[in-house]
Amino acid sequence: MKVLLRHPRREVEIPGPRQVLALLNELGLNRESHLIIRNGTLVPGDGVLADDDVIEIRPVISGGAA
Amino acid sequence: MKCRVCKEPAIIDLPRHNANFCVTHFEELCRRQVAKAISDHRMIAPTDKVLVAVSGGKDSLALWDLLIDMGYSADGLYIGLGIGDYSEESAVYTRDFAAARGLKLIEVSLRGEYGYDVPTAAKATRRVPCSACGLSKRHLFDKAALDGGYDVVATGHNLDDEAAVLFGNALRWEVEYLARQLPVLPAKPGFPRKVKPLVRLTEREMAAWCVVRGIDYIVEECPMAVGNKHLGYKATLNDLEAKSPGIKAAFYLGFLDRMAPILAGSVADTSGDVGECSRCGSPTTNEICAFCHLVEKSSAHEPVPVELVAPRAGRRKR
Repeated sequence: MKVLLRHPRREVEIPGPRQVLALLNELGLNRESHLIIRNGTLVPGDGVLADDDVIEIRPVISGGAA
Repeated sequence: MKCRVCKEPAIIDLPRHNANFCVTHFEELCRRQVAKAISDHRMIAPTDKVLVAVSGGKDSLALWDLLIDMGYSADGLYIGLGIGDYSEESAVYTRDFAAARGLKLIEVSLRGEYGYDVPTAAKATRRVPCSACGLSKRHLFDKAALDGGYDVVATGHNLDDEAAVLFGNALRWEVEYLARQLPVLPAKPGFPRKVKPLVRLTEREMAAWCVVRGIDYIVEECPMAVGNKHLGYKATLNDLEAKSPGIKAAFYLGFLDRMAPILAGSVADTSGDVGECSRCGSPTTNEICAFCHLVEKSSAHEPVPVELVAPRAGRRKR
């Protein structure tokens, strides 16, 4: 599957199928800090991502110290 | 995964609630949490005129959307901070959001109206960028609210923001800061009431709100904030949250319930020392206020590009 990552913005290819939580674990990403989006729709932790999916792993943490 | 409420397919899992939700019931949960925050802390009366401080990021746009959705009268205030492409892009997201919904957006440009921007202010005053930025925003939120006759300024601080600030203050036992860390700051002469209606919702929930509501926002991080201490605290708290779901909410909401009342009497009352800034008339304990001091130093400095002051990831710049 094609995976869009941010900070910095880049694309990587990862073979599917993969469960969302397994993919996040594999990439060392905390579930509390990320959302998985496929075709504009959220995919929950047990969702299965297919080999031909295009997904975004969106970090949700932001903000200055002020 | 099925929605806890209707058993339809879920779109999000929320470990802290030990539950999953479909779009409809996730939106309901968010509205309910905002309504509870507003009601518990008497943030906004139904007839109040609200000014929402919007940045083009997920939290402030979600807050504006939620308040309008819940029937409040809310206009937006966007401050052009002059942080290069980041500010230009965030302005576009904010304007598009307001235009698509027919909402009133007030814009203030630091460079256009005060002769400086955040990178220049950071360099000129030797403050960390977030400090110069925060000082500018707080002053301009107050001014815009008072000038425009708004009853209350609402900001998009969420549970993660507040838990991270609380964590930082507790690590150093900053008792005065802890005592003041409340989701409502009452109005005082020269200051409007300030409220944080998102304090019961996490960053992940706010980003999810934007996705399900079709709100486009700036996803990229502010280049001035990269690697700052506040983001480090958030990452630490999320590591704890992954092991103990609900620990962030227990930490912050427990503080509000059980610790804030104990600390309430420990804040020094400085109201007797407050006069007016000789330049802008804002309340201050000095001859000129901190904002006017910042403007004086920064506007006299030649413009500084973002790249010269933006920290690199993993390293703090002073």
